[in-house]
Amino acid sequence: MLEKAITGDKRYWGWIAFVLMLIGTGAIAYLRQLDQGLTVTGLSRDVSWGFYIAQFTFLVGVAASAVMVVLPYYLHNFKAFSKLTILGEFLAVPSVIMCMLFIVVDMGQPFRVQNVMLYPSLNSPMFWDMMSLSGYLFLNVVIGYMVLSSEKKGIAPPKWIKPFIIISIPWAISIHTVTAFLYSGLAARPFWMTAVLAPRFLASAFAAGPALLILIIFLMRKLTRFDAGKEAIQKLAVIATYAMCINVFLVLMEVFTTFYSGMPEHMHHFEFLYVGLHGNNTLVPWMWLSSALAVVALVLLLTPKFRKKEVILGFACIAVFVSIWIDKGLGMIVAGFTPSQMGEVVDYWPTLNEFMVSIMVWGIGLLIMSLLYKIIFTVRGETKPALEAKEDKKELTVPSN
Amino acid sequence: MGIDRRKFLTIAGLTTLTTLGKTVLGSSPAGHDPIETGSQAVKRLAMAIDMQKCRQNEGCVECTKICHKIHNVPDIGNSKEEIKWIWKENFEAAFPNQHHDLLEDEIKNNQVVVLCNHCDDPPCVKVCPTQSTWKRESDGIVMMDMHRCIGCRYCVAGCPYGSRNFNFRDPRPFIKETNPEYPTRTKGVVEKCNFCAERLADGLLPACVDICPEKALIFGNINDPKSEIRQILKSRHSIRRKPILGTNPQIYYLV
Ligand code: SF4
Ligand code: SF4
Repeated sequence: MLEKAITGDKRYWGWIAFVLMLIGTGAIAYLRQLDQGLTVTGLSRDVSWGFYIAQFTFLVGVAASAVMVVLPYYLHNFKAFSKLTILGEFLAVPSVIMCMLFIVVDMGQPFRVQNVMLYPSLNSPMFWDMMSLSGYLFLNVVIGYMVLSSEKKGIAPPKWIKPFIIISIPWAISIHTVTAFLYSGLAARPFWMTAVLAPRFLASAFAAGPALLILIIFLMRKLTRFDAGKEAIQKLAVIATYAMCINVFLVLMEVFTTFYSGMPEHMHHFEFLYVGLHGNNTLVPWMWLSSALAVVALVLLLTPKFRKKEVILGFACIAVFVSIWIDKGLGMIVAGFTPSQMGEVVDYWPTLNEFMVSIMVWGIGLLIMSLLYKIIFTVRGETKPALEAKEDKKELTVPSN
Repeated sequence: MGIDRRKFLTIAGLTTLTTLGKTVLGSSPAGHDPIETGSQAVKRLAMAIDMQKCRQNEGCVECTKICHKIHNVPDIGNSKEEIKWIWKENFEAAFPNQHHDLLEDEIKNNQVVVLCNHCDDPPCVKVCPTQSTWKRESDGIVMMDMHRCIGCRYCVAGCPYGSRNFNFRDPRPFIKETNPEYPTRTKGVVEKCNFCAERLADGLLPACVDICPEKALIFGNINDPKSEIRQILKSRHSIRRKPILGTNPQIYYLV
């Protein structure tokens, strides 16, 4: 079955070559970082985590969001998602791999990463995060593979896989919860030390993930013969809508608690994000863009008339995704470090090198996802060669490949 | 620290069973105040900083100089990647919660010496995923193993005092005069003040304590009621940095 990933037409190979090129370019930047150290990033002794750790956080959310198709299908028998579960699982796999890579590229001594296993520290949320992420990766690989290979043989998936699927549901919640614990357990960082951080992470993940999935479905409909069906798309849209509402609600809870209580240590971080602090406005336009997109997305999603129009839905999904990416992938981590322990605002912005290394990791994720999705659609006989309908038919008559 | 916590959890768990959680909400039964709960036999090293004496000598950086020299602390010359084990900060930066506009000028306008607090409940130790930083059982010093550290910088995020430094680049070219007695570090690891553990092993005092021309630094075993540091803390008013966070810092500032 796996060989399906290495059979394809020109268009497929062209895409793979493009992604490999991205990875290659990024790899050069990473070699430079390995050689010179993290000095090639914009990080500093005060803002000691930045773009890498933010991408990690965001992607844990994307990985966890697979549960939003798995749960309705397996627990509520929502049939319209039957074709989507594997898409969700095979989106989770590259996402988790990217998470792990972002952690590794952030390390000062990546060749010592095995020390986490050699000296397991049960006190450290980072240890638990590694555990839960590897477990989640394992679950999704096994489930995705078994379900798809059964589909290929035209039989029902083996019974023993069911418990794995059921476990994967709370496990998905756990990966993002533990990721939130990385931050929310730190007395040193008032911006993160809030019980609402884990729920907020989950809500934003369950909005951004399904939004991304809808966009992927739209794209796949263009590139392949795959069609998820109207019902599935609309259901995903409703899920994203609810999650986005909860997400915005939780952010507003934070804002109220922070500003009504008026504790300076809590307020400074929000001020840095939304109005600037000590003359530093780096993230201000971004955060307002994120807020504006959230409002636009909510208006579009909450109005059934708009939500049901696929073009508008597409825009709304882009708005949700970008809004949450800015919030988690740019603001969340840096704001925790600004102002610093000494009350200073130290400027941070990712350098070109940092950005290129991130492109390498995204590229690896994209590559894995392309290969996995190629397998799905080939097995299902849903590939669509770019050329002509004749070939289309030929392939249809040999669905057994 | 790991042991402390485990012990705490066990004790808390057992007590919960018998007294239905009475102790869970109360203060922790194991090791918060070293003076009250620690066995007198166990050493707990700490430092008192006499701010009054220290500010007599404005602009003095003898402690920083000697410390950074003997410990091969590089001078990167770039505030973003700076490595500091002991240094001076503005009062407001060091004590954000104690600062107010009407504070005596003398205090407000002077700098204070800061260094790792060798916290009795160190968050840096709690978060480290490789036990590269740990609290030494024998005397409470928060130690660092630069050969095991993976450079994840979780400890930097966890320390509320900005005491931990990351080597963003190879520090060796930035050491003016390498002290062969003390190891240099590689890029990608975290380092900080070690209370001169290597000197203590030879029966010496920390270098900063030794060199201070004002004799403003008092170092000793806080669990020994007869020690100089205990005597002085008894007679003078002292404050600590961000004690509200529960880290139980072991650097005491005499006002
Ligand atoms: S001051 Fe910071 S580095 Fe030192 S023991 Fe406390 S938490 Fe750890
Ligand atoms: S940077 Fe090193 S000492 Fe700090 S938490 Fe990571 S492994 Fe531990």
